[in-house]
Amino acid sequence: MLRFFHQLASPKHFYRISGKWIPWLGAACLAFMLAGLYQGLLVAPTDYQQGDSYRIMFVHVPAAWMSLFIYMVMAIAGGIGLVWRIKLAEIMAISSAHVGASFTFLALITGSIWGKPMWGSWWVWDARLTSELILLFLYLGVIALYNAVEDRRTAARATSILALVGVVNIPIIHYSVEWWNTLHQGPTVTKFDAPSIDFRMLIPLLLMAIAFKLFYAVVVLLRARVEVLQRERNTSWVKALVAEHE
Amino acid sequence: MKPATLPQAFSILLRRDLTLAYRRRSEMINPLLFFVLVTALFPLGISADPALLREIGPGIIWVAALLASLLSLETVFRSDFDDGSLEQLLLSPHPLSVLMIAKVLAHWLITGLPLLIVAPLLGVLLNLSTAAMKTLLLTLALGTPVLSLIGAIGVALTVGLRKGGTILSLLVLPLYVPVLIFAASAVANSDAGLPVSAHLSLLAALLVLAISLSPAATAASLRISMS
Amino acid sequence: MNEFLHMGGYASYVWSSYAIALVVLLANLVAPLRARRKLLTRLAQREKRAQRMKR
Repeated sequence: MLRFFHQLASPKHFYRISGKWIPWLGAACLAFMLAGLYQGLLVAPTDYQQGDSYRIMFVHVPAAWMSLFIYMVMAIAGGIGLVWRIKLAEIMAISSAHVGASFTFLALITGSIWGKPMWGSWWVWDARLTSELILLFLYLGVIALYNAVEDRRTAARATSILALVGVVNIPIIHYSVEWWNTLHQGPTVTKFDAPSIDFRMLIPLLLMAIAFKLFYAVVVLLRARVEVLQRERNTSWVKALVAEHE
Repeated sequence: MKPATLPQAFSILLRRDLTLAYRRRSEMINPLLFFVLVTALFPLGISADPALLREIGPGIIWVAALLASLLSLETVFRSDFDDGSLEQLLLSPHPLSVLMIAKVLAHWLITGLPLLIVAPLLGVLLNLSTAAMKTLLLTLALGTPVLSLIGAIGVALTVGLRKGGTILSLLVLPLYVPVLIFAASAVANSDAGLPVSAHLSLLAALLVLAISLSPAATAASLRISMS
Repeated sequence: MNEFLHMGGYASYVWSSYAIALVVLLANLVAPLRARRKLLTRLAQREKRAQRMKR
């Protein structure tokens, strides 16, 4: 088992093993997504308060969950890469940035679209959405820094530090925004998390959440593979691969 | 090889700048991000009350646009200065002021036009009315070229200096004030339902003035800086 | 079926959300695949040039 992880840390083995996993992860992702969509769009009942618009929740909430989850993974992977100098960890960190930013963006847009019929405006500076917006800025900062640094290794290390700083800040930002929100808002309270959610609405939510996690796994592996090829381009195994590709 | 005519030189310079910017297009995002970030800070720092945001929104967006524009000004001459092509430009047989128009046009396309495209998003964040949003876009369309034109003069004056960036802001921001005033009050007026044609005409007049005078001033400043 | 598409009057909101989600997911899938292909092609070209130089 330990040998498995030891092997995984080697870029060449990672490339080979991830290539085998991706189709399975992809198939599982598709299965969960179809199940989740079916349950969410067809089976789950109409909400007595929000009508059918609440169904946006089945993309909005999992996307928001992923935006936070991926940032955590990015920071932890970055941290491992920094402390133990494991190439693969750095690669996983930076491979997560774009897809994390995408989920954050998706959460914001779907939240905005959901908010229009609910609150009457496209945007409301409530605690949840504002924190999510700042999270998007954190992601974009990581991406901007990575693009700005020339050397790939230095870039990965710099962004790892940035991600770590960010992850410490996320709870602080979240609580400060919530506190700010209670100061200014008052009447408008987010009704998104009702105390008890109908079981038939919970199932599709969880199915979509799992589907999104599997999607993330697929994408991060795909990106990591490209990054690995780029870094290891002068090794013999990559050269063999290139020759095969022709 | 025949020497290039002025129109040819103009289009070559324009295309070169655009191509160079396209190759570093991830850098183009930075001033835009700054624009959005700064705008987003205001509700957090002041208040998220929708009525208040609607009132101060236009001013916020315009100040953020000024600052973002300032941030991206350095790029007009920086890379050319670093690799020596700026000196080559000065040696060109073509009138430098016309070449300056090409550089400023490229700069506006790369930095000003994206602001225009992102502004509606910010209008939504700050709860602007549709009328205000339309006027905002008009003022940005008229105003951002002026920012690029005036800014170019400032950059030309400071291009060789070490601490050029801070001095640049001191030079250029006072010059930006008329644009800010006319633009912000135009948007505020349109939100209140009042006519804005006077403000827009003034902005257009500023634009015409800037197009006619700033290239020559930029060229002269450049010659002084590089002497 | 019509009721399904109609979404109780919220059709444009619900379907645009799902459409955007689809676009975002597909874009994230396509980008690394294309990047990989581009990289391999570029490396292949580089290898060819190196071989030509050797001769």
